[in-house]
Amino acid sequence: MIEKAATVTKARNSTHMSAAKPRPWLAVRTLCWREVVRFFRQRNRVIGAIGQPVLFWLLFGVGMQRSFRLSEAGGPGQNFREYYFPGTLVLILLFTAIFATISIIEDRREGFLQSVLVAPIPLWSMVLGKVFGGASIAMMQGLLFLVLALTIKIEAGLGSFVALVGLMAVSSLALTSLGFVIAWRMDSTQGFHAIMSVLLMPMWLLSGSFFPVPSLDGETTIPQFLLHWLMRLNPLTYCVGGARRLLYGDLSNEAFYTPSLSLSCVVTLVFAAVMFAGACKVSSHRTAGDLL
Amino acid sequence: MDAASAIDVSGLSHSYGQRQAIRQLDLNVASGQIFALLGPNGSGKTTLFRVLSTLIPVQKGQVEILGFDLRRCLNEIRARIGVVFQAASLDRKLTVSENIRHQAALYGVVGNELKRRETEMLHQLGLSERAYEITETLSGGLRRRVELAKGMIHQPRLLILDEPSAGLDPGARSDLWNYLLRLRDDLGVTVVLTTHLLEEADRADRIGILNEGELVACESPDLLRASVGGDSITIDCDQPEQLADAICDRFSVGAQVVEGTVRFEQSDGHQWISRLVEAYPDCIQSIRLGKPSLEDVFIQKTGHRFWQTLEEVGVD
Repeated sequence: MIEKAATVTKARNSTHMSAAKPRPWLAVRTLCWREVVRFFRQRNRVIGAIGQPVLFWLLFGVGMQRSFRLSEAGGPGQNFREYYFPGTLVLILLFTAIFATISIIEDRREGFLQSVLVAPIPLWSMVLGKVFGGASIAMMQGLLFLVLALTIKIEAGLGSFVALVGLMAVSSLALTSLGFVIAWRMDSTQGFHAIMSVLLMPMWLLSGSFFPVPSLDGETTIPQFLLHWLMRLNPLTYCVGGARRLLYGDLSNEAFYTPSLSLSCVVTLVFAAVMFAGACKVSSHRTAGDLL
Repeated sequence: MDAASAIDVSGLSHSYGQRQAIRQLDLNVASGQIFALLGPNGSGKTTLFRVLSTLIPVQKGQVEILGFDLRRCLNEIRARIGVVFQAASLDRKLTVSENIRHQAALYGVVGNELKRRETEMLHQLGLSERAYEITETLSGGLRRRVELAKGMIHQPRLLILDEPSAGLDPGARSDLWNYLLRLRDDLGVTVVLTTHLLEEADRADRIGILNEGELVACESPDLLRASVGGDSITIDCDQPEQLADAICDRFSVGAQVVEGTVRFEQSDGHQWISRLVEAYPDCIQSIRLGKPSLEDVFIQKTGHRFWQTLEEVGVD
């Protein structure tokens, strides 16, 4: 019986069964598509990711309008709602991109990730699929929020608007990759929330989103000096700074530092490249959670 | 490696930190067979499954799958094997069809070929009516069928399954086995599965028995049973150690104490019943005669019961 089966196999294997021919870009597309489909099938995620930043923008914008206008932080004549707009835009990208990567933890816990890990695709295509998926969701929400820009005073022409969309896309890729790096080694979403509180929220707060980067002059105190460099070393400062320059044009104000557009674009691109490389690197390590 | 071998393992060892999960394991699985890796929890079968499914790398030893070296030809092997994990690998938010299509895309199956295979697979597994249902709404048995469809959509030559019957009711288990038998008989697919169920292993063409990371036996179920020899005799008594020693001394047979009973295997078991009762009339409370089961094989090869670990029998 066994011998018979083996003989049949040999004959049939040679005629019918050929090896699958994996296509890495097709894998990227299907992994990205899956992220987007999953997102829209979980309505609470859609509401949460855009609801909170919009609420923040409206509440902080209205609540801090008077005090902020007195300090003229974002440039002459700019109110807090306008100043805070690019920061909220980046916050939406950050929230959505990061929460999208939490799906890695769920994928692992539910066992889905195992079947991807044994598929004949290069690691980069698995990472890129997840990152593109998260970034696509972040972009959709960011673009939806950008419609609100019609309600504020902006300087952006069509060219700047297109450039802004490009900057948002690169920022989304960078932030999703960052989320991937963090999420890969996590075995619970609770752990991820802890990282969110101690790393990601401070990173956003120190990006010039909520208050500007103080300039250095003769009267600078040591805390201000430290804050200045902490904020300048934060890659998110350049995502926010670039978006601010594209929305409002020239922002010369000696009291505060805003990175130039070209520097913002270069740093954001490097941030995305480094984070993506980091995501590929960490994904080559198996964690205990991969082995359900 | 034998031309007809689907899997050839030699000297495989694997450890998690200080704990050795597999020790110097040699194994050969011929093509076109259903091969069961049988062992209790902690025997190393899941680690062996992880290595064979390419989920974890080979630490020590040599593994060839379908003629390819596992260390050097990872993607060649992955393109040719199907893997069904014990933990569900389905995306619960996607439909049955979407799950299958997603898996197919990972293996480069697209277009008309995908349509044809998907239709065929859904039909074979009785899922045609469920194709557009979200998988989280399906029963455990149906989900396992979708897992099989995912594992087979790229038409692998070797299908590796980890505890495929876990959580299935008897009906779904029977369906699963019918499908695996069809894969072997109609397509010549080699099927390797891990199981801790003795009755499930009994349906395989060959069984590899794992114990404490070592392969203690590897044969067809019938040959394994025959290796035990004759009938299995089990005696209940108050002092099993003393009785076992007495039987060994007097009759020169390999009687063992297993979970408070004295056991040994001999041909002409019915004659031994009267012989033993006459020899030890005051010691024996009850005596049973049976045909050797796979558990008897396991006991003979390892010296302890299938569900009993070495710690429980007092061996360090």
